Amino acid sequence: MNGLPMNGLPMNGLLVAQAGQPEGLAPLELPNVEYSAMAPHLILIGGALVLLVWVAMVRRRPPWAWAAFTVAVGLASLGASWLMWLDVGRNGPRTAVADAVVVDGYSIFFMVLVSVIVVLGALMGESFLKREDIRGPEFYVLMLLSSSGAMFMASANDLVITFLGLEILSIALYVLAGLDNRRMESREAAIKYFVLGAFSSAVFLYGVALVYGATGSTNLGEIVGYLQSSVAPANGVLLAGVALLLVGFGFKVAAVPFHTWTPDVYQGAPSPVTGFMAAGAKAAGFAGLLRVFFATFDTLKLDWQPIVWVLAVATLLVGSVLAIVQEDIKRVLAYSSISHAGFVLIGLQAANEKGLAGSLYYLLTYAFMVLGSFTVVTLVGRKGDARHDLDAYRGLSARRPALALAFTVLLLAQAGIPFTTGFLAKFYVISAAVEGRSYSLALIGMLSSVVAAFFYLRITVLMYMSTDEEEAEEARTEPLAIPRSMAVVLAVSVAFTVAFGLLPAPVIDFARDATLLI
Amino acid sequence: MSLDGSWYLCLAAAVFTIGAVGLLVRRNVLVMFMCVELMLNAVNLTLVTFARMLDDIGGQALVFFVLVVAAAEVVVGLGIIVAIFRRRVGATADDLHLLRG
Amino acid sequence: MADLAYLIPALPLAGFLGLVVLGRRAGDPRAGWLATSAIGLSFLATVATFFELLGQDAHHREVTKPLFTWIAAGGFEVKAALLVDQLSITMALFVTGVGTLIHLYSVGYMKGDEHFARFFVYLNLFAFSMLVLVLSDSFLFTFLGWEGVGACSYLLISFWFERDTAATAGKKAFVVNRIGDFGFMIAMFLLFTTVGSLTYKEVFEGLEGVSHAAIVAIALLLFLGACGKSAQLPLFVWLPDAMEGPSPVSALIHAATMVTAGVYLMARVSPLLVEAGGALTVIAIVGAVTALVAAVIACAQDDIKRVLAYSTISQLGYMFLAVGSGAYIAAVFHMITHAFFKALLFLGAGSVMHGMNDELNMKRMGALRRWMPVTGATFIVGWLSIAGVPPFSGFWSKDDVLLAAYDKSPVLWAVGLLTALLTAYYMGRQVFLVFFGEERWRREEQDGVQGNEPSRGRPEDRSEAEPPAEGSHSEPHESPRLMTTPMVVLAALAALGGLLNLPFGKLKFLEHWLEPVFEEAEHKLSPGAEDLRLVLALLAIAAGAGGIAIAYAIFMRARRTAAFQPALLKRGSGGFDDLYSFLVERPGRVIANFTAFVFDARVVDGFVNGAASVVRMGGSQLRKVQTGYVRNYALGVTFGAALLLGYALLRMGI
Repeated sequence: MNGLPMNGLPMNGLLVAQAGQPEGLAPLELPNVEYSAMAPHLILIGGALVLLVWVAMVRRRPPWAWAAFTVAVGLASLGASWLMWLDVGRNGPRTAVADAVVVDGYSIFFMVLVSVIVVLGALMGESFLKREDIRGPEFYVLMLLSSSGAMFMASANDLVITFLGLEILSIALYVLAGLDNRRMESREAAIKYFVLGAFSSAVFLYGVALVYGATGSTNLGEIVGYLQSSVAPANGVLLAGVALLLVGFGFKVAAVPFHTWTPDVYQGAPSPVTGFMAAGAKAAGFAGLLRVFFATFDTLKLDWQPIVWVLAVATLLVGSVLAIVQEDIKRVLAYSSISHAGFVLIGLQAANEKGLAGSLYYLLTYAFMVLGSFTVVTLVGRKGDARHDLDAYRGLSARRPALALAFTVLLLAQAGIPFTTGFLAKFYVISAAVEGRSYSLALIGMLSSVVAAFFYLRITVLMYMSTDEEEAEEARTEPLAIPRSMAVVLAVSVAFTVAFGLLPAPVIDFARDATLLI
Repeated sequence: MSLDGSWYLCLAAAVFTIGAVGLLVRRNVLVMFMCVELMLNAVNLTLVTFARMLDDIGGQALVFFVLVVAAAEVVVGLGIIVAIFRRRVGATADDLHLLRG
Repeated sequence: MADLAYLIPALPLAGFLGLVVLGRRAGDPRAGWLATSAIGLSFLATVATFFELLGQDAHHREVTKPLFTWIAAGGFEVKAALLVDQLSITMALFVTGVGTLIHLYSVGYMKGDEHFARFFVYLNLFAFSMLVLVLSDSFLFTFLGWEGVGACSYLLISFWFERDTAATAGKKAFVVNRIGDFGFMIAMFLLFTTVGSLTYKEVFEGLEGVSHAAIVAIALLLFLGACGKSAQLPLFVWLPDAMEGPSPVSALIHAATMVTAGVYLMARVSPLLVEAGGALTVIAIVGAVTALVAAVIACAQDDIKRVLAYSTISQLGYMFLAVGSGAYIAAVFHMITHAFFKALLFLGAGSVMHGMNDELNMKRMGALRRWMPVTGATFIVGWLSIAGVPPFSGFWSKDDVLLAAYDKSPVLWAVGLLTALLTAYYMGRQVFLVFFGEERWRREEQDGVQGNEPSRGRPEDRSEAEPPAEGSHSEPHESPRLMTTPMVVLAALAALGGLLNLPFGKLKFLEHWLEPVFEEAEHKLSPGAEDLRLVLALLAIAAGAGGIAIAYAIFMRARRTAAFQPALLKRGSGGFDDLYSFLVERPGRVIANFTAFVFDARVVDGFVNGAASVVRMGGSQLRKVQTGYVRNYALGVTFGAALLLGYALLRMGI
């Protein structure tokens, strides 16, 4: 909880940073803070603060009410994002708060995505916390704050804001990972994530400093201006800065070789938190990465494309190959999330409009798949959140046919089977790669998805295998209950995955419009 | 006589590297954490130097953000470290390898 | 016009949805009847559409029926539409026709199965996907149908998933098919980037602006997709294992319809193949080699269904040979006759299993003709047809294929002819072993005849209807009317299917019907080849007759003197037998065994398994990097950062 008061800072701090133009001793001109430009962010932060106060003031503490409140906050922020979407559609994109924050389709896309993740995450958490007897509202508060950081990363128009968003996102996540502090694994996950996260943040920050030194500004718009005006924009300092930024982003999105924390943290963190991390933190990392590389360093793309190519290939292959040899479902999903990051990197490498739209579409659809998957993992993990070996899934269809079916759909969608959003997402980024003439990358992507198909299928087959007597007996004595809130998350994620797999136009339009409005 | 800005930049790079290497070779979590602080301060030095070279105050303002963020990280980090090593002697990171593979 | 075409895929879809909702409640056998009537009505709709087209002028028989806009997003617009033309309606006719018969048969075959309703759910879903594949007007929807039939195929292969082998076979089919599918997908991407559209019509019109190399690449990638689905070298390994599924599934999916999707795709894109000259030769060679290799392997199989599986691969090879020779009409013709006779043979095999308590090893059968007269008679019709005996349908279509192959290259023709001989031989062997000779199943206890295939019937739970076996065998019995009726109908079709395209002037119905579709692509036979038709046909007849004669000599004549044993090769059991044994049986067995157990098991299976184990080993090694120590992880990040920095500096030339 100690980190919380800090989170009020970014807005106020922003003013100073931007006011600091070299104007000698002239009185500081305070820029106009347009709160409406950050309405969803503020709703989330405000919600978190209200929740804290509420818990401190009110004696009776029905945990479900906190969850309901968090859901309400998420929906409010979703509504606000929607209003902004309509506004941007009418009036076009704009920057606000002295150019530090940008309001465009792209940032609103991520606001919508993050809001949805908040809603589903709160629903996932509620029954989990009750089952594990974890008291206190920390889960909701930290999730709300972390999500606001994710939104800042998406709407940042200044590397400082990106950095602050990254930190707000991460610091809350460090604590979330260690939330279940009676479990040794959870504590270990927290400390690993923290040490490595702090390390990569420092590297990222160094990148910001170098870019600042080379271009004279941290503002993305001004950097673009500098790159376009100078004759030979690329120099050693700038490229080194860009490389270090890529390290920081690569860490957050779990791109190889910056992925090493992912399996351990995903395995150790409480299952709903892992789901939130896989959906939200990855989306946030990519939100920053895609904005900075597509929009700002577009002129340098001949310099960063080859290195992104290497990262994408390594990420695709390491992710899917290592997933095969895992025995723990959370590790399987962790490595699979790495290989999914590889697919989004394909979209980045293509460096064309379709690649950007494809990446956005991928992140949106993946969020639903992975939240649903971790809901199943949470349920099957039972009390203690410990039963995550693949054997726990043997014969699931006999005990819980609906659950097994839902998981099958989500896994097959991740494998990229037609009639699901997962297929279209892969289709989209790979066609972008082909359009960008990265044929080899397209081939490697497909190869990796062949390998990946294998382990998704393996879990599916396990679920439909018959169980032996002993396990059947155990299943009777220890029934697998599905709380209603979890059922809602599952239903929503499966419905989204299938419905928009069959009728993809609305979501594809959404992703494409988001890129047009940038 | 004043030193050329690049001297400061090289110093900062050296400090940053020392921090990074320290993180890699030390086993005590607290010391590792101090190394991260070292890296952040190296960045601060870089920022201030650039601000001077560019004659732009933005870089110096940025330093304050970094300080604040570092403080927040310290608070949370120490909290986590205390939570995990409360029941242990020493704070060796290598004791933590339950999760691997 | 052709408004009924909408009903063709809609009816199985309705059946599928209805069964999903009502399935369990409807139960056995009502669920089966529901499914059967859905596809039956679809067949009627197809027939009606067919006659409607027939009433049109030859060049106005192509209609595009728009459905809806599936994806509309800028440059990403995809509209769904049905393409009704001579080719698709021909295909739809036999898919729904044969499909109806097999649905009917399944009602009898699956009687008493625990998952009766689910079986028909899958079957109707399959029919729907297949019809989408066939009737689609664009690559994308064909691909969706393609994936749909694939999915149904895995589901049905592992239908009895209680058995590990079935689950493994399903997985194998899935993984091997993915490789082919990705060929298809990349071809689509290439088309989309070069032509800017995925509908067949626009693609073919837009080909002029595309470089030759790109066209060849697209053609070969599409062919890779076809290889996966149609089980051609080297992607054929999944089909024999797919026999784990119930027999009607083998008949419908793995013989008559789904596996021919690859051939259909090739026929559909014929305007593209014409432009890609070299690719055609590749297709012809792969087809011919597959036909030969699979035929050789079939000679060494003892499992009644595996023989048919390899035979299917071999016959599909013929179709690709025809496509590669530019004889699309011959390919389609053979596809149709093959659907008739191979479905018939599989249903016959299912009927034999039904009557023999799920026995699969042909060496434990014999003389079943007496016990199962209808099955026996119809099976023999199928056999004569596939062996190329005139006037059965297989003769006519195979003759067309061989003629086209001869025109392409005499070597290909020779390979085809050799395959024809082998086909007649192994099918003869099967018929003689199963339906003639001694009642070996009676003597099993005493002799303990060992086969190399274990019995792979269905799991125990279903056979309550049958009397418990006394000792090891009850008497074989004929299957119920419900199962024999479709077989009789198919037998009639297999016998008379040749009438579709008799090679005499006005009698070439199929050729006249399909000509407008292929008018640019179809390779015109050179006059020399046309003159040779009679000679070639006589040679083909001789090959077929020769194969049958050899099989007869080995498996019928020898049987009189000695029990069926490899001991048949012993000296002194009669000069004639000896000679044949020496000349045919032994080398045939050696080659067949070699191919089946070395080539198939080691090389091709080995490739698939090898790739899997390389991945696995790589994974295990990589896993060691993940030590669990934070500082090693930090080292990884540092390493990456150093790499990126190094690259950035190199880039600047420092």
